Amino acid sequence: MTTAPPDNFWNDTGRTGISSWIFSTDHKRIGLLYFYSVLTFFLVGVALGLLLRIELMAPGRTIMGPQTYNALFTVHGVVMIFLFILPGFPGAFGNLVMPIQIGARDVAFPRLNLFSWWLYLAGAVIILVSLFTGGGAPDTGWTFYVPFSTRTGTNVSLAVVGVFILGFSAILTGVNFVTTIHRLRAEGMTWTRLPLFTWSLYATAWVQILATPILAITLVLIFSERVLGTGLFDPSRGGDPIMFQHLFWIYSHPAVYIMILPAMGIISDIIPVFSRKPIFGYKMIAFSSLAIAAAGSLVWGHHMFTSGMSDNAVLVFSFLTFIVAIPSAIKVFNWVSTLYKGSISLEAPMLFALSFILLFSIGGLTGLILGAAATDVHVHDTHFVVGHFHYVMFGGTGFAFFAAMHYWLPKFYGRTYSQRGAIVAWALMFVGFNVLYFSMKVLGMKGMPRRYYDYLPEFTTLNLVSTIGSWILAIGLLIMLMNLFRGLFRGTPFTGNPWGGATLEWSIPTPPPTENFIEEPVVTHGPYDFTGTGRP
Amino acid sequence: MPSDTTAGHIASYGKLTAVWLCLLILTGLTVLITRMDLGGYKVVGALTIACTKAGLVIAFFMHMRYEGRLLRGLLFLALITLALYMGLTFVDVLYRGLP
Repeated sequence: MTTAPPDNFWNDTGRTGISSWIFSTDHKRIGLLYFYSVLTFFLVGVALGLLLRIELMAPGRTIMGPQTYNALFTVHGVVMIFLFILPGFPGAFGNLVMPIQIGARDVAFPRLNLFSWWLYLAGAVIILVSLFTGGGAPDTGWTFYVPFSTRTGTNVSLAVVGVFILGFSAILTGVNFVTTIHRLRAEGMTWTRLPLFTWSLYATAWVQILATPILAITLVLIFSERVLGTGLFDPSRGGDPIMFQHLFWIYSHPAVYIMILPAMGIISDIIPVFSRKPIFGYKMIAFSSLAIAAAGSLVWGHHMFTSGMSDNAVLVFSFLTFIVAIPSAIKVFNWVSTLYKGSISLEAPMLFALSFILLFSIGGLTGLILGAAATDVHVHDTHFVVGHFHYVMFGGTGFAFFAAMHYWLPKFYGRTYSQRGAIVAWALMFVGFNVLYFSMKVLGMKGMPRRYYDYLPEFTTLNLVSTIGSWILAIGLLIMLMNLFRGLFRGTPFTGNPWGGATLEWSIPTPPPTENFIEEPVVTHGPYDFTGTGRP
Repeated sequence: MPSDTTAGHIASYGKLTAVWLCLLILTGLTVLITRMDLGGYKVVGALTIACTKAGLVIAFFMHMRYEGRLLRGLLFLALITLALYMGLTFVDVLYRGLP
């Protein structure tokens, strides 16, 4: 795999072949297992998204019928959300980097860590099986809204079992990370010396622990509706369909913060390194992660403004939604203040990080349009929502994931990629992304509904533009992956601390030793104190 | 004791029996309020009793009463979160259909 000397985690397990990976309790190997798993599902999701865009390129039937379209947008959503973006950061980069960042040899419960990957894999397999068995792929959208999800003949029952299992994987990761960060910090690694990526994982882990059980309960209720006909959401039998939406969004809105908080953490780690300045407002960024996790858990009702919920609830949830904007803005202002008068170096991780700030800000501000009840009624369930969501989740978390790949993977492989190739890929992706999703926002403002198979002729041009954007984005993505993996496996050696990072992972050999540290680390400085890190 | 997680705490049979009796009485109370005309507040009553029962189980049978401040704080955080989820849901359920 790599030409690195034998005293590193690549060749020091005592096992050989695939069993050295799938039965390993080393957090770095589990991190890479997660990384390749989520990346595989990300590519599946991308392929499905491209097919959806080709179908919408022109009005009427283009390449598929309406039932296939319904199934594809459902599977695209389920794969991207439950198999890529939710486990992506905690599972892959959280596992790879967090224990090293706090000076630990591993996570608190290494076997539980491996078990959570196995649960992830089991959930993924069940979801894949659900696509080809029973009545075929679910066609409800990733939200599984009742009453349709309780009546459709497609294989919703098996799909929700898969997502239920994935939920337990997330809870176990959350418990592991909270315990690890509380109990296994090295000497001198005080709470105010924790890297901000670790802080964000800590906040995320709490959301995983507290909110995911609600998803599990909700999915059990759908299952019992379908199999036992309990009538919990059926008004003719005393049930309440809006209660399903409450239960679903009690989890699924905080889930958005499981997706975005670690992304904000990696951005907070990258910006100071490539600006050669300590982060501006460390404590405020750390506590704003907790504030976003707390406030973001109480705003789920803004998904339900047009559901028939009480006006009092609309008022309360709209108000609470605006509160989340405050800690989010604190982060953005602090990143920009860190850049101010910094010695900025525009290498690939930094370019992805800067794109994150812009795209997340556009996504966040359009979120306020959706959070205000009056304007939400106008654009609810239109392509505006699709555009907003992708700006936050793909422009935000997706670009941060790519930033993390370019920032940390060379450290674990001991080889690096071509900067030029990475920058060309980034430019294509940035342009393609905006062409693809900004068109959707305009389409939504003009009234094009989401999840509709066909549309009126006046929406044709922008849909064509959006589809062309998806091709530019896909080409950029392909170049990025080819350049990155070619570099990681056959590129120039990557040793020492070329980025000049001050967090602990940059103080250990490359690739990291099996137990991370040759000697027990004693932390004597903050994570963004760049004195003596070797980069001018 | 509180921070020592290796040593167990042994509660007396008397105390455990008293908690069990309380749980039985509260179960009876849950059944009773289903026969009262309390409107939407019936659910609030049932949930209050259920929370009290869960609290007794957690405190005595699961030994949380004898744990350290950190673990108790973490559990309290989970309970507060659950209470907020339920409370905010009631902002909708109790007022739905009202002008």
